[in-house]
Amino acid sequence: MTQETKMKRIWHYLKSPSSAGLWLILALGFTGGVIFWGGFNTALEVTNTEEFCIGCHEMEDNVYEEYKETIHYSNRSGVRATCPDCHVPKKWTHKIVRKIAASKEVWGMLTGLIDTREKFQNHRRELAEREWKRMKDNDSEECRNCHNFEYMDFSEQGNRSVKMHSNALASGEKTCIDCHKGIAHELPDMKGIENW
Amino acid sequence: MKILSLIMIVLGMAVSGSSIAQDQEEFNSGGLETIRGATNIDETRKAEALKRVHKDRNPIARNYVHQPPVVPHQTRGYRVDKNSNKCLTCHGWKYAAETGATKVSLTHFETRDGKVLSDVSPRRYFCSQCHVTQADARPLVENTFKPVDSLMNND
Repeated sequence: MTQETKMKRIWHYLKSPSSAGLWLILALGFTGGVIFWGGFNTALEVTNTEEFCIGCHEMEDNVYEEYKETIHYSNRSGVRATCPDCHVPKKWTHKIVRKIAASKEVWGMLTGLIDTREKFQNHRRELAEREWKRMKDNDSEECRNCHNFEYMDFSEQGNRSVKMHSNALASGEKTCIDCHKGIAHELPDMKGIENW
Repeated sequence: MKILSLIMIVLGMAVSGSSIAQDQEEFNSGGLETIRGATNIDETRKAEALKRVHKDRNPIARNYVHQPPVVPHQTRGYRVDKNSNKCLTCHGWKYAAETGATKVSLTHFETRDGKVLSDVSPRRYFCSQCHVTQADARPLVENTFKPVDSLMNND
């Protein structure tokens, strides 16, 4: 058998697979895809729970403790916003981008960047600034997932809220995070921050 | 023998029980009633329900000269510490015109020696030491206090 005929046979074999094999490959690919995609999304959802977030003591002892005193944790109607509600976008692509960016936090955890309260306090300003910038850039989308301006009833708001919301917020000049900083966690040194 | 000891135990318990009851009578309030109502000394009264803080109202007039004006709005979660002062983000001179809030009095810029600083003096920095939020509560006792004449037409 010459080299040429050998190649031809292989090529012929590849060009006309048996239908059983074809179905088998399709079935394997399909179930494999379902398992992979399902597993990926399940894992993604697990990392999107409060329990997961406070799995590290950095989160549990610092930001979570501070958040427990605030209105997003305890309030008259019992509706809560958990960590991912504010810190992880709901839309899939944005969520993936945020998740990839958050892998830096894993590195921070491994290297012990903020493994004591003191270290955390020292880094609070830069951590807060990063989050303020993220929320400013996406027009406070995570706030607006619940607090929708379209449905705000000014007659139910206090005088001070009406004044601010009907001017700065309505005109789009300001977004939620511009004024509502430190509503769920303690603030860093606010020296030089606009409006502080 | 068994029955006898049982009777002794029951009797003993009855006697000690009655002496406890006598002790309790000695702890009574002696007929004294305070604003919080009559309570025996060894009892803890159920606390009153918390009063609701006014959400947002117009400024409340002073009652006497140099009274720190009271706060007519909610201040839940307003932090005043080394890092930030939430009150000054509206009441500070820089923002008062924009927010419509009452400006911090210039007396707050003075040190205790009367030196005027360029910003709120540290001794006047902790607002809620003097300025308190107002709850929707009736006075516990009748109060006939009247503001001085010069402040009468404030409200």
